[in-house]
Amino acid sequence: MSLEARVRARAGSLALDADVRAAAGETVVLVGPNGAGKTTLLRVLAGLLPLSAGRVTLDGEVLEDPAARRRLPPERRSIGFVFQDYVLFPHLSVLDNVAFGLRARGCSKDQARAEAQEWLERMGIASYASERPRVLSGGQAQKVALARALATRPRLLLLDEPLAALDAGARAEVRRELKASLGRFDGVRLVVTHDPVEAMALADRVLVLEDGKVAQEGTPSELSAHPRSSYIAELVGLNLWRGRGLGDRVRLDSGGEMLVSHAPVGEVYAALHPRAVSLYRRPAEGSPRNVWSGRIAGLEGEGGRVRVRVEGSIPVVAEVTPAAVAELSLIEGEEIWVSIKATEVSVYPA
Amino acid sequence: MRRPPRALVLLAALAASFFAVPLAALAWRAPWASLPEVLTTEVVGSALRISLVSSLAASALSAFLGLPLAWVLARVPFPGRSVLRALVTLPLVLPPVVGGVALLLALGRLGLVGRALESFFGVTLFGTLPGVIVAETFVAMPFLVLTVEGALKGLDPRYEDAAATLGASRGLVFWKITLPLAAPSVAAGAVLAWARALGEFGATITFAGNLPGETQTMPIAVYTALLRDVDAAIVLSLVLVAVSLLVLVTLRERWAPQA
Repeated sequence: MSLEARVRARAGSLALDADVRAAAGETVVLVGPNGAGKTTLLRVLAGLLPLSAGRVTLDGEVLEDPAARRRLPPERRSIGFVFQDYVLFPHLSVLDNVAFGLRARGCSKDQARAEAQEWLERMGIASYASERPRVLSGGQAQKVALARALATRPRLLLLDEPLAALDAGARAEVRRELKASLGRFDGVRLVVTHDPVEAMALADRVLVLEDGKVAQEGTPSELSAHPRSSYIAELVGLNLWRGRGLGDRVRLDSGGEMLVSHAPVGEVYAALHPRAVSLYRRPAEGSPRNVWSGRIAGLEGEGGRVRVRVEGSIPVVAEVTPAAVAELSLIEGEEIWVSIKATEVSVYPA
Repeated sequence: MRRPPRALVLLAALAASFFAVPLAALAWRAPWASLPEVLTTEVVGSALRISLVSSLAASALSAFLGLPLAWVLARVPFPGRSVLRALVTLPLVLPPVVGGVALLLALGRLGLVGRALESFFGVTLFGTLPGVIVAETFVAMPFLVLTVEGALKGLDPRYEDAAATLGASRGLVFWKITLPLAAPSVAAGAVLAWARALGEFGATITFAGNLPGETQTMPIAVYTALLRDVDAAIVLSLVLVAVSLLVLVTLRERWAPQA
């Protein structure tokens, strides 16, 4: 069981050109900035938007192939879609929302309701069966949307920002339960998100979509170790530069040079964790040889750490403790010295 | 709140009295003593019956035909859509008597389509209740179409998308999702169409004629009575006012929570 999709499609000004492969039992997370085409890609796979070229195959069945003039409408694809904000039918009870797909596929009313009831019990929301969706909390609505999509026993499950509608407090728990529910589903799972924590938590594999194209693909650990775009670097919280490897140093495309322990010759990425960046009031002495000065452009507190954005010959983000901010009396707009150890910079071919 | 500007309040009061005084005059001049007597005459009874039957039928026909038209206008992009929308809106601004003349030329005994209707199916619209219904539908349906089209456009299309991904055919999506979600505005549009049909005069008298017991609706009866018996005209008018007020009050109950 697997999904193989070569997607070429247009939606407004966006030209989507992405290949997606996923195996059964695998969770592939699509990440990318707003307008990158993540939702569009899901809509194309579901048959809600047409392919202009390419081919979509699910478990060997061709769902769409414009060259062969084949196109299954959405209602004949075995695909479950959990929409952003869940889009539960407001005029139907929770039970009838979940039973809707079974009814549409020809189940009797009693059988559809009985199966829907089982799904609600499995999700732990059976007590809301006769309520209207508007009384549900975000987490409950998400479970109903998931049950509704799973009830038709699809082979491919598409989830568009399944946690975005929740407030931060509820998110962690719902995410844990979502992961468990996804684990019980044995088909292909495709999740769209713009939240890096969500992506890393849910993904077996991450697909980075930028401007309609796949910018990078890999496991969460591969991505966080070796980001290949500034979007991913920011996603995983790394400094990322592009340049030319010269053996023991990298000549950065943005200007300046950085000494490293080893750099392959040719086009490379250099990545550095903000924790490995040191800040000084005066030029530092000692072993670090990558030293330059810059101006503090921004301070951002985040869970006991402060991210300091420094603009200068080489722009960089440093991560320090609040105590260090006080000690160095860091203030926006002031000059600061930056130093990094050559051994801390990770260099890999572009 | 600060005191409102005096000039505005004066003008508003003038506008209010503009609506209130004619109604008060109607009530003041009404022959209250002979009211039961006039109300039970044959002419009033049949006019009331014809008005209610034809306006309800026109409202139902408007919903039956107008709903698909509204759906097409809201959901199906095609060249000439704005022309079609203008065409549908036209009866709103057209003097009803002009609509009646146009209907006569199309569906009258010697009209474009009417001739065929008569010779093949033996259907005559002039001077019959169906003719009244056709004339009223012509002026009433635009209210329903525009109301429902607006509601359909405001509906999140993802409800229909979600239903499709769950396996619902287009027809099922329309019946189980689109229509129930648009139901409040279909009802509102049908009531507006009904109110318009109830008050219809110009198109009806031109197209269907003024035959007591056949095509003479309440407004036409009011006009006819006015020529010979003012008291009867006043009583008929009061009945129309009462019916209209009843509808308005009922609607307010329905719409108040949303306002």
